[in-house]
Amino acid sequence: MEETVAPLTHKDFTSDQDVRWCPGCGDYAILSSMKKALPQLEHKKEDYVFVGGIGCAARFPYYMNTYGFHTIHGRAPAFATGIKLANPKLSVWEITGDGDALAIGGNHFIHAIRRNIDINILLFNNEIYGLTKGQFSPTSKKGIKTKSNPHGITDKPFHPGKLTLGSNGTFFARVSDTDPKMMQSIFVMADQHRGTSMIEILQNCVIFNDKCHGDVTGKDVKQDAQLHLEHGKPMIFGKESNKGIILNGLKLEVVTIGENGTTENDLLVHDAHTEDSTLHNMLTTMSLPEFPVAVGVIRQAKDMTYDDGVIAQLEYEKENAKFHSVDELLTSGDTWEVKE
Amino acid sequence: MSKQNGTIELEQVVVKFAGDSGDGMQLTGTQFTDTSALLGNDLATFPDFPAEIRAPQGTVPGVSGFQVHIGNTEINTPGDIADVLVAMNPAALKANKNSIKKGGTIIVNIDSFEKRDLEKAGYETSPLEDNSFEGFNIIESPITSLTRESLKDSGLDGKSIVRSKNMFALGIVYWLFNRPMESTENFLKKKFKSKPDIVNANIKVLHDGYNYAETIQAFSSSYTVLPAKVPPGTYRNIMGNQATAWGFMAAAEKANLELFLGSYPITPASDILHELSKHKNLGIKTFQAEDEIAAICSAMGASFAGALGITTTSGPGLALKGEALGLAVVTEIPLVVVNVQRGGPSTGLPTKTEQSDLMQALYGRNGESPAIIVAASTPANCFNWAFEASRLALEHSTPVVLLTDGYLGNGAEPWKMTTLKELPDIKPLRIDGTEKDYLPYAREEDTGARKLAIPGTKEFEHRIGGLEKENLTGNVSYDPENHELMCRLRAEKVEKVANFIPEQEIIGDANTDLLVVGWGGTYGHLYSTVSKMTQESKNIALTQFNYINPLPKNTIDIFRQAKKIVVCELNRGQFVDYLRAQFPDIKFNQYNKTQGLPFTTIELAQHFDNLLNK
Repeated sequence: MEETVAPLTHKDFTSDQDVRWCPGCGDYAILSSMKKALPQLEHKKEDYVFVGGIGCAARFPYYMNTYGFHTIHGRAPAFATGIKLANPKLSVWEITGDGDALAIGGNHFIHAIRRNIDINILLFNNEIYGLTKGQFSPTSKKGIKTKSNPHGITDKPFHPGKLTLGSNGTFFARVSDTDPKMMQSIFVMADQHRGTSMIEILQNCVIFNDKCHGDVTGKDVKQDAQLHLEHGKPMIFGKESNKGIILNGLKLEVVTIGENGTTENDLLVHDAHTEDSTLHNMLTTMSLPEFPVAVGVIRQAKDMTYDDGVIAQLEYEKENAKFHSVDELLTSGDTWEVKE
Repeated sequence: MSKQNGTIELEQVVVKFAGDSGDGMQLTGTQFTDTSALLGNDLATFPDFPAEIRAPQGTVPGVSGFQVHIGNTEINTPGDIADVLVAMNPAALKANKNSIKKGGTIIVNIDSFEKRDLEKAGYETSPLEDNSFEGFNIIESPITSLTRESLKDSGLDGKSIVRSKNMFALGIVYWLFNRPMESTENFLKKKFKSKPDIVNANIKVLHDGYNYAETIQAFSSSYTVLPAKVPPGTYRNIMGNQATAWGFMAAAEKANLELFLGSYPITPASDILHELSKHKNLGIKTFQAEDEIAAICSAMGASFAGALGITTTSGPGLALKGEALGLAVVTEIPLVVVNVQRGGPSTGLPTKTEQSDLMQALYGRNGESPAIIVAASTPANCFNWAFEASRLALEHSTPVVLLTDGYLGNGAEPWKMTTLKELPDIKPLRIDGTEKDYLPYAREEDTGARKLAIPGTKEFEHRIGGLEKENLTGNVSYDPENHELMCRLRAEKVEKVANFIPEQEIIGDANTDLLVVGWGGTYGHLYSTVSKMTQESKNIALTQFNYINPLPKNTIDIFRQAKKIVVCELNRGQFVDYLRAQFPDIKFNQYNKTQGLPFTTIELAQHFDNLLNK
């Protein structure tokens, strides 16, 4: 008999631990959106596992009333991989930051994406090290001054989206921590996507890098500064909803509808599902002031997942097996009897 | 030695095959070993090869050797020195000039003793033509040219023909020791299944080598080694790394868990990864990770999710895994880490053996980080120790480091097989689902270990992690007294393992004049030496440790009874320092070697004699 249970609510996902992020931290909004997104999914509560590395973001699992593993710096993708391979039924969420994922954990990050293991990665990108109190990170903008480079950093930053697509990622989305509705819908889509779903969250560190995304996420600028991509819809943005993106030769270009005879029909229509990632790359890379910053699901392409491949191979080998137990293996091949 | 039908019966013999690393000497040696094993000989092997895949051809650093010791009596070492050496080139002869018994037989491939070959080996003139090898029985055989002749009508290209010359050499040795060729023929048929012309060529060359040896009358007689008197049962030849892999498979089946290996290739441990990867049919999941760290982390993830999680590596890899191993200590999840030790520090001697990672295994982590340490002591008992390491990890909810070494991992010996029925059940420490208000860090009375709740289990959702945990709840705690308590509880849990392991055994009289103490892979050499000296009526005994942390409870009693103690190990004294720290009132002598090689029984006997006579 089917058990009838009350549907889960966000309260079911609240752990008994005090949340210890700084007041005003963008992480609170992400946590809240996650708790609201999960009841929209079809997993049982006990099948969720949250895995964190090290950093402010990585403490996330402690605040979710699910199974959780707060691991070591940079290695969360490897733990998540082991969890998913051991039990593919689980819905595995890795919570990471720009230092955790792209500095110390860069290797595991690209390899998880390359394999396309069916996990979800939330990268809280605040372009700074928060937990160690304000050193520059691999996504910090060139020139900014931090404690560990008071004269302005000379590094060039990593671009999480380009790195994802460069690792043959099948899912990449970007969203601001100021946009709870979009976060919820992206979390749901990420979980439904089969493969590594990588979500870059433009997250604000109120203490060490306040308003680092302000020119993209600020209330008064965001309509002009963000292009919300939705599969199958034309690329329109702007306060007046009159700006759009076209492809001119090999380059993207911002146009205004109604000017120079441009109509909505001339605009690019977003195809998140296409296997070719060329356009996804271009959209991912768009930056101010020439372009709006793309948010929403930029890429969602179908491909075999790593865990499916592993399980399929295992099942095939089991069906075509010569041995079905360790005892049979031990006595296989060349053996000899010694009699009394 | 007795003579029978023109064949001389030997109690034991040591044969060494040596050649260029491209000459197929490992395969040749393995074939001779397998054939002898099937005849019922007891044996031990010692493959010794360079770290480079193809070191400069014909040079001494490029020499690859395979030594095998066969006997009709108990054989515990691959032999200090060879009775028969096969040298495929001058470099092989040069590299082994001290590894062959005075008066022994040397079969050389005379075709590779041209001026250029000699130069590559660093000889100005042929060592066969001066008196370098005077007193040895040198058999100069034109192995390359006879192989060419044998296969001139085979249709094979010149390169493939010359590549078969190791079978010619094997044929000679098969005749010399009266071995049948069927086992090798079957091996060739299987190995080159899709290339019948290669199979036929190799078999023909093998027979031609055999017939050549019979015909040339260079050997005064042939020899045989009769089957060893060993306990009845079914036997197979097994290598240490293979035994390790099978031990884990057995443990997973007895624990009724899936086996998950996360690993990254590293010499000399990769064969465990290779072996386990073959057995997907038994549901084994192997994950070749992007690095050593991901390997252990994935194994821990799998363990958290309910599998038997293991990771395999060698010394440099263990260094990389240190931080993650500390997380396994603090989260108290089961995990087995295998370290097939090699010469260090750093990259060191990748293909050579050593026991120099003991301190790293014991202490190579930040913080108070106790782990169970066990060590295998023969190639075959790697099976038992992989099994035991898994049992301890699962029943005591803690990481276990299993130390083997290159000598054990690559060495082979006959193994009296066990069946799973004979092995104890493993009972992973898990919740049964009826508990109310699960406390992840509540402890069992007897073991001090915690019960795991596996993701997917309803109403047992909880979080674990690397921050210090509050006792019982596992919630993050920075409380000073709680931290001290947790450090103590984790240490006590490992100490309590001593209540669940057998007592330390002593071979010989407890009130001995000289107690030889070893641990892990030195067992064969120490045991051979001690038992020979006992036969010579010397008052000497051996105790070989497999449980390192914790030590068996009666360890101190054993030490108290001996008049003199010497701790022997292939490092500069790591185990002896560990013992000195635990038993400060006991006087320990030490005997150490760091040459990347096993002990020899000759050097051990000399040293023990000195100690006895002092």
